[in-house]
Amino acid sequence: MPNQLIKKYFRMDKLPHIWCPGCGHGIIMHSVIRAIDNLGLDKNNVCIVSGIGCSSRAPGYLDFNTLHTTHGRALAFATGIKMANPNLDVIVLTGDGDSSAIGGNHLIHAARRNIDITTIVFNNNIYGMTGGQYSPTTATGDKGTTAPYGNIDRAFDLCDLAKGAGSTYVGRATVYHPNVITKLTEEGIKNKGFSFIEAVSICPTYYGRKNRKGTSVDMMDYLKTTSINVKSLSEKEKWNNIEKIVIGELYNMPASEYTEKYQNIIDIFEKQSGNMSR
Amino acid sequence: MDNVKLMQGNEACVEGAIKAGMRFFAGYPITPSTEIAELSAQKLPRYGGRFIQMEDEIASMAAIIGASLTGLKAMTATSGPGFSLKQENIGYASMAEVPCVVVNVQRGGPSTGLPTSPSQGDVMQARWGTHGDHGIIAFSPSSVRETFDITIAAFNYSEKYRVPVILLMDETVAHLREKVELPTDEEINIYNRIEPSNIKQEDFKAYRVRKGNTVPTMTPFGGKYRYHVTGLAHDETGFPTNNKEEAEKLIERLVYKLEKNIDDISLYEEYRLDDAELAIISYGGTARSAKSAIDCLREQGIKVGLFRPITIWPFMENKVIQLGKKFKKILVVEMNLGQYVLEVERVASKYCDIFRYGRVNGKLIHPDEIISKVKEVYKNA
Ligand SMILES: Cc1ncc(C[n+]2csc(CCOP(=O)(O)OP(=O)(O)O)c2C)c(N)n1
Ligand code: SF4
Repeated sequence: MPNQLIKKYFRMDKLPHIWCPGCGHGIIMHSVIRAIDNLGLDKNNVCIVSGIGCSSRAPGYLDFNTLHTTHGRALAFATGIKMANPNLDVIVLTGDGDSSAIGGNHLIHAARRNIDITTIVFNNNIYGMTGGQYSPTTATGDKGTTAPYGNIDRAFDLCDLAKGAGSTYVGRATVYHPNVITKLTEEGIKNKGFSFIEAVSICPTYYGRKNRKGTSVDMMDYLKTTSINVKSLSEKEKWNNIEKIVIGELYNMPASEYTEKYQNIIDIFEKQSGNMSR
Repeated sequence: MDNVKLMQGNEACVEGAIKAGMRFFAGYPITPSTEIAELSAQKLPRYGGRFIQMEDEIASMAAIIGASLTGLKAMTATSGPGFSLKQENIGYASMAEVPCVVVNVQRGGPSTGLPTSPSQGDVMQARWGTHGDHGIIAFSPSSVRETFDITIAAFNYSEKYRVPVILLMDETVAHLREKVELPTDEEINIYNRIEPSNIKQEDFKAYRVRKGNTVPTMTPFGGKYRYHVTGLAHDETGFPTNNKEEAEKLIERLVYKLEKNIDDISLYEEYRLDDAELAIISYGGTARSAKSAIDCLREQGIKVGLFRPITIWPFMENKVIQLGKKFKKILVVEMNLGQYVLEVERVASKYCDIFRYGRVNGKLIHPDEIISKVKEVYKNA
C-alpha cells in the first residue's frame, strides 16, 4: 500500500529527498499524503504551500500544485491563493521557526480570519536548515548553536497560540504517531476554516546532538513515553500540561469562514446588477 | 460626456487597474497611497473581484503573488517604508516570474521620513531594492490621465514579460485632482497571459521557453497542469537546481528578457526638444514644473526642451546617449539628491555636461527654481 501511495502522489523523479537519515519530517509528509488519499481529494485541486526550512522542502516531492515561498511567508501566499480561488484545497506545510518566528504574524492573522487553510507544522524544536539555532519552540535550558549556554527564552505552545488566535480546529501528534497525524489532518481539511496541526518531529542531526538526546530511535522512544492522549486529561490539563506532549484533537469549534463571508459581499452586487460589467 | 470626470491620481490608478482586469488587491494602509486600497475595497466586489487587507506589506506582496498564480490579475499599493518591506517578495516574483503590479506612491524618507510630503526618492530602490540580479519594470506617470493609462500598461507588461511591474508615483500626482477624459473600451488594449496548450502533464515544463520567445507561457494553479514554483534557482521544470549553468541561464534570462525588449518597454515624452539647445530630463510630478519652466524660458528666448521618461526602468540607455550626443548640456531635475541622474551620467557624461537639480525637504520643485538653475547652467558655459 505505501508503494501505491508513493506512486500516486510523489514526484518519483525528485526523490531521494534531502532530509538526513533518522529525520522525522518524512513521516509527517507521508501521513499528510495518507490523509489526502483517505479524503479522495482531486490532485489538480490541491495546492500545497511552504516557506523555507528543512520541512518546507516537502512540497517539491509532492505531485500537486506546489509553491515553495519565502521564509515565514507561506501562510500569506496561501491566503492570496485561497482568497483568489476559494475552490482550491490549500494546505500549508511549515516549520516551527518558519511559522512562529518570522511567520508568527501571518499565523495569528490567518487563524484570526478563520480562512479555510490547513496548516501542518513540522516542529523539531530547532532551526534545522540553518544548522541548529534555537527556535521559539526550543525549551528553556536546551541548547542550540546560538544558545551555547542554554536557551533563556520561554517556548511557545504552538497549539495554544493557534487556538488563542482563532483557529477553529487544533490538534497535535508526534512522528511516533503517524496515524494520529493522518487523522488530525483529515479532520483539519474537512473543517471549513483555519485548521492547525502541530506534528512534533525530530532532528537528530542538530537538536538531538546538541542536547544529547541520543539516536533517532532514542528520540522516537522519548516521544512515545512523553506523550499522552488528550482523552485521558481534564480540560485544564489539556492546555497546561508542560510535562507531557498532549496529543489528539485539542479544539474543534466551527465558525463562519472568511472566503465565504467575502463571497456574500460579491453576491450582493451580482444580484443587483444581474450581469456584471467586466 | 460619461467619460469626463474629476479625478485624483490614486483614483485613476484604481480605475485603470480595474479596466486592465485587476481582480485581486491585497494591501496595508500607508500615506499617501491609502486611497488606492480604499477604492479597491469599494470597487472590486462589484466586478466579482476580491480585496483583502493583510497584516502588513510583506503579507500583501505574498498574497498578490499567490492570487496571481491562480490566474487573477493582482495589485498592491504602498509608500516608502512599506515598499522596503515588500522587497523580499518582489524578488520572489522576479525569480518565479509571477506577474503583478506594485504601486509605490513615494514619500519623503529615509525611514518614516516626511510621510505626507512628495518625494522621488525611491528610484534606486525600485531598481535595486531586492537582492541579486534581475530585471524590473518601473513607470512614473505625470498626470492623472496618464496614471490611468500607465496602470493599464503596467498590467499588460507584467503579464507579457511575467515580471513584477512597479508603478512609481509621487504624491504630487497621486493627490492631484484633474479633469480627465477616459478612453473608451475600444481604445484600450489589454494583454492577457498566454496559456500553454497541447502538452501532456508528463511532458509539461512550467518554465520552458519556446524558441523565439523570452518568457515561458503560464498556467494557473487549479488549471490544466500541476507544477512547482520556487524562489530557488530552478531549471525549466521549475524545480530547484544547483547546476551552475542552469542557474546562470535562468538569471541571465531574467535580466535579458527585458533588456532585449527595451524598445517595446520604453515609454517617454519629448516636449519642445526639437530646436532646443539645452535638454532637461525630468519625470513624474516634477516634470510638470519643468514644462512650465520651459514655457517661461522660451518666452525669454532661451531654447530649452524636455525629455520625460515614463519608463524609469529598464533605463533607456540608447535614448539618453542620443540626447547626450545632441545636446551640449543636460539638466536632470528630480525630487531627490541625485538618483536617476546617476544613470544619465553613466551613459552620457562622455558626450556632454550633465547638471543636476534636486531637493528633499518635501516641497515641490517650483518652475522658478528650474528657471534659475537653467540660467546658471547657461552662464557657466
Ligand atoms: C528572511 C530569511 N531569514 C533567514 C533565512 C534563513 N533560514 C532558512 S531556514 C531557517 C530556519 C528554518 O527552521 P524551521 O522553520 O524550524 O524548519 P526546519 O529547517 O527546522 O525544518 C532560516 C532561519 C531565510 N531563508 N530567509
Ligand atoms: S537537519 Fe534536522 S530537520 Fe533538517 S533534515 Fe536533518 S534531521 Fe531533518
